[in-house]
Amino acid sequence: MSDEVILQVKDLKTYFTVDEGVVKAVDGVSFDLHKGETLGIVGESGSGKSVTNLSIINLISTPPGKIAGGEVLFHGKDLLKMPPHEIREIRGNKISMIFQDPMTSLNPFLRISTQMVETIVLHQKIDKKAAKEKAIEMLKLAGIPAPEKRIDQYPHQFSGGMRQRVMIAMGLSCNPEILIADEPTSALDVTIQAQILELMRELTRKLGTAVILITHSLGVVAGMCDTICVMYAGRIVERGRTEEIFESPRHPYTQGLIRSVPRLDQETKERLYSIPGQPPNVIDLPDCCPFYPRCERAMDICKKKYPPVVSFENNQSASCWLYGKEAQNV
Amino acid sequence: MARYFIRRVLSLIPTLFIVITLSFFLIRIAPGGPFARERDVPEAILQNLMKRYHMDEPLFKQYLRYMKDIIRWDFGPSYRYRDLTVNEIIDRGLPVSMSLGVISLTLAAVGGIAVGIISALKQNRWQDYVAVSVAVIGISVPLFVMGPVLQLVFGMKLKILPIGQWISTNGIKAVILPAVTLSFPYFAYIARLSRASILEVLRSDYIRTARAKGLKESVVVWKHVLKGALLPVVTYLGPAFSGIVVGSIVIESVFLVPGIGRPFVQSALNRDYTLIMAEVVVYSVILIIANLVVDVIYGLLDPRISYK
Repeated sequence: MSDEVILQVKDLKTYFTVDEGVVKAVDGVSFDLHKGETLGIVGESGSGKSVTNLSIINLISTPPGKIAGGEVLFHGKDLLKMPPHEIREIRGNKISMIFQDPMTSLNPFLRISTQMVETIVLHQKIDKKAAKEKAIEMLKLAGIPAPEKRIDQYPHQFSGGMRQRVMIAMGLSCNPEILIADEPTSALDVTIQAQILELMRELTRKLGTAVILITHSLGVVAGMCDTICVMYAGRIVERGRTEEIFESPRHPYTQGLIRSVPRLDQETKERLYSIPGQPPNVIDLPDCCPFYPRCERAMDICKKKYPPVVSFENNQSASCWLYGKEAQNV
Repeated sequence: MARYFIRRVLSLIPTLFIVITLSFFLIRIAPGGPFARERDVPEAILQNLMKRYHMDEPLFKQYLRYMKDIIRWDFGPSYRYRDLTVNEIIDRGLPVSMSLGVISLTLAAVGGIAVGIISALKQNRWQDYVAVSVAVIGISVPLFVMGPVLQLVFGMKLKILPIGQWISTNGIKAVILPAVTLSFPYFAYIARLSRASILEVLRSDYIRTARAKGLKESVVVWKHVLKGALLPVVTYLGPAFSGIVVGSIVIESVFLVPGIGRPFVQSALNRDYTLIMAEVVVYSVILIIANLVVDVIYGLLDPRISYK
């Protein structure tokens, strides 16, 4: 990880218009991604993690979705203002994505070779034969046995874990600067999860690829990520380096998340902690801290106004009124 | 694949046997007969007629006689069209209905899929609304309204197309109006079907992957969407084909097309036993073969299906 910032998301807002009102799926998200950094975005279902990342490469389906504001600067150029042909040159090439469900993310009607070669030919401007060799090489790197045979098979001939390896190979085939992995292991069983994460870490380190890892699992981010953003109801509520977040979580939500991870190293007869209540409905959310109904330390002011971002040492920051004094000082 | 194909073709034989046997007895259970008229035929004449067509024999003996003939693809004499055998009626009418049906269904499939693609890609825009409205009209306006309207406009007013009859009298132009009329409801249905299934595929995960790879929208549609989206259309085309090629009494009446649809429908009203049986056999053979072809196309389109 270097100091060079390659991707800057500034005050990103993605709204969906539905019959019931406006869903503010992402409401003012900002973060920086450095070269070679692995950034984890953690949150419950519906917190806006996936929408954030689809917005980065402008793949929100409109309607009903709409990027209502903000900037996504990739090497200083705003991806959201790019004409379609320019952003297509970035998708799959400079920024590629892998998705949650490997069973449905590959086209069942086309051979793996067809699907991999078309990407490589498109972005690397090489002929099909060379592209196929490159694809075989990538499959080999991704740990697919006998890749020169398996490349001509169809997705249904691969297991879930193998398909995710294919997705990773495909995602990295054009040496992207950023790999966005949207819950890459959530649909896999636990033994395969570890293998896939290890593979991603190994390959992205080798190729120097920065990673945005979206997940709901704290275990996954702890092992993989340099920095963490915790999302709740469409906003980032806390961010910081992984060690800081785990050692001294500031936001009550982050604290709750960490407490609800089962620990084997501490003998206890207590029931496993869970954060009470449900995530809020993000339709027409009032200006308040969206976490206050579930927060054990909620105060009056939490119901009235969204808390400002409070910075701590080591680049950690959180949005919570508990740190009101610091908030006034900033 | 080859073994599967042969097995499917062979399975035609028992299926046909059951279909023929069932229909043979069912028709005879129905009240009335080929020689029943409003005015009673004198007893002696009726006796002679019955004897001439072997209808005085016990039913089972008639059945065996019929099965013996049918194996040689001999459908016997028509009870109603006295000078013609059923084979002659079929040989005259079926090729006409076949060609009309194939032309209409091709028009319907090409047009319907094209309109389906356009309206799915332009969902909820004016192109989509126009296409959906045309499809609703196509499904709801009956052929006997559509046909005369087209005759009036293109035959009577514009005088650019013959109003009726077939290639032998009016040349190749005679095909156009009946084919277009007949294709319309099929076209409309295929357009709706392909629109719906393209929309479904467009929302699928693998299309999101294709877009995330930076592919052009046209490549996404032609290479990634269509193959999967056309499966339901192919499924529909099988039965549609067997329905359309055995003729349409409406089209044949409105446009005076010498097809097989009219004789077939009238045979049922006339209790023309042999012709009814011929219709059953012809329709079954075509339906079974059409379904087999659909299954083969399915296997070619979808790699997850393999035949052993």
